[in-house]
Amino acid sequence: MYVAVKGGEVAIDNAHSWMSEIRRGDTSIPNITLDQISEQLTLGVDRVMSEGSLYDKDLAALAIKQSRGDLIEAIFLLRAYRTTLTRFSYSKPVNTANMTCLRRISATFKDIPGGQKLGPTFDYTHRLLDFKLLAENEAPISPTKKYNDNKMPHVLSFLNQEDLMQNEKDNNLDPIDITREPISYPTSRSARLQALSRGDEGFLLGLAYSTQRGYARNHAFVGELRIGIVDIELYIPELGFEINVAEIILTECETVNQFQGSKIEPPQFTRGYGLVFGQTERKALAMALIDRALRWKELGEDYSGAPAQDEEFVISHCDNIQATGFLEHIKLPHYVDFQSELELIRKIRADAKVNMKR
Amino acid sequence: MIEKRKFWMSLLATSNQSDLLNLWEQKKIRVNYIWLRTPEIGSIMAQGRMGVTGDKFNIGEVTITRCSLKLNCGTIGHSYVQGRSKKKAEISALCDALMQTKMSKEINKNIIIPLEKIKKDNKRKILSKAEATKVDFFTLVRGESD
Repeated sequence: MYVAVKGGEVAIDNAHSWMSEIRRGDTSIPNITLDQISEQLTLGVDRVMSEGSLYDKDLAALAIKQSRGDLIEAIFLLRAYRTTLTRFSYSKPVNTANMTCLRRISATFKDIPGGQKLGPTFDYTHRLLDFKLLAENEAPISPTKKYNDNKMPHVLSFLNQEDLMQNEKDNNLDPIDITREPISYPTSRSARLQALSRGDEGFLLGLAYSTQRGYARNHAFVGELRIGIVDIELYIPELGFEINVAEIILTECETVNQFQGSKIEPPQFTRGYGLVFGQTERKALAMALIDRALRWKELGEDYSGAPAQDEEFVISHCDNIQATGFLEHIKLPHYVDFQSELELIRKIRADAKVNMKR
Repeated sequence: MIEKRKFWMSLLATSNQSDLLNLWEQKKIRVNYIWLRTPEIGSIMAQGRMGVTGDKFNIGEVTITRCSLKLNCGTIGHSYVQGRSKKKAEISALCDALMQTKMSKEINKNIIIPLEKIKKDNKRKILSKAEATKVDFFTLVRGESD
């Protein structure tokens, strides 16, 4: 027998009303504006856009405000909104070689064309609380320097020229779109990269760390990390040509990894690749390490049973919206399910007691 | 002509909404038109390449608003712009249409050129600040040399 239970509407309404009141906080303090969030909590906004898989700063800021700063809740809101949008089309692949770089570093080569540019980074800070920020109206102006507008070629392209680096060839394959078709395993690298790019930063960080600690060891160097603005080009069918429809910030990371070589190929470096919306370098770096670990089969490496090599394990658990949806649903009423468990255990125990007496 | 149109459409699409609205309002341009497609908010899927040069993959979506309209003289204007502003899409499509008429000089002078300047200034600001964070290496020589 299935028993439906109704009730709790008033309690739910009042709970949401109290939540809204608490979200607003002390009313003697000014209400936080979306501009303040998108201008001053930029990295939070970037994380919500990348894991929400929708590049829209205003919406990400709204989601952060609505969720009281719970970023996974904010990501959920953005993902839910995303599904209501009409998909017009697919862009041309972004050309990251033409990126207007805020930051561009290489941990493998010191002298690179275009140079090492640290950009707006937390690296090399002392991680001490800065009490100067308690003072209001801080508006520091950073120095500028004369520059030349030369192209900044990818560092690893130089290794390509010597054939020391595995060349990433364009085989004109159509990518899988995991928002359009469910993933089935084994899957392709295109599906993995899409899933990783919107995957949970914490989960990817932990897994990437596990590869560094020896689970699927593939000692990675950061060949290049760049953060900057790229154009998104779209073919406009009404016009028959392409225009730039958007400018977005991307973080790109290429790692250089050792490769033993095989019977048919001499030893060569291989690459892990990370490309993520916004200024999100921890995530892009983790993505590159995991991408490389998951390529073991394609590169003829041993499967050591490490979690980071198990594509089904990684891809089906990296999405924090799927994960939190399933995890959190167990808070919701399961009275009837549990009632049946209770009946069952009572019966088993009663039977066991009878048997013990015999 | 196609190259010029690509240029102004790209500039309008990627402009800051408030910059475009301010420039448009300042000129108080009044034109009559009919909608061919009213502004519609949607998204496009941005793609990248594996390891920079390899096969394509999907990164994530970007919000886009598009519309099409026809001026009384019959000229058609289109827009596909970043974000969710219907007003930005409308003004962009009007500018696209007007840039194909005798008003092109006026639109170019009062809207396209100022937008281009804003864009160039932004880029210059980023590149000059990035340049100031460029690392100058110097090597410390260790040990004796003869």
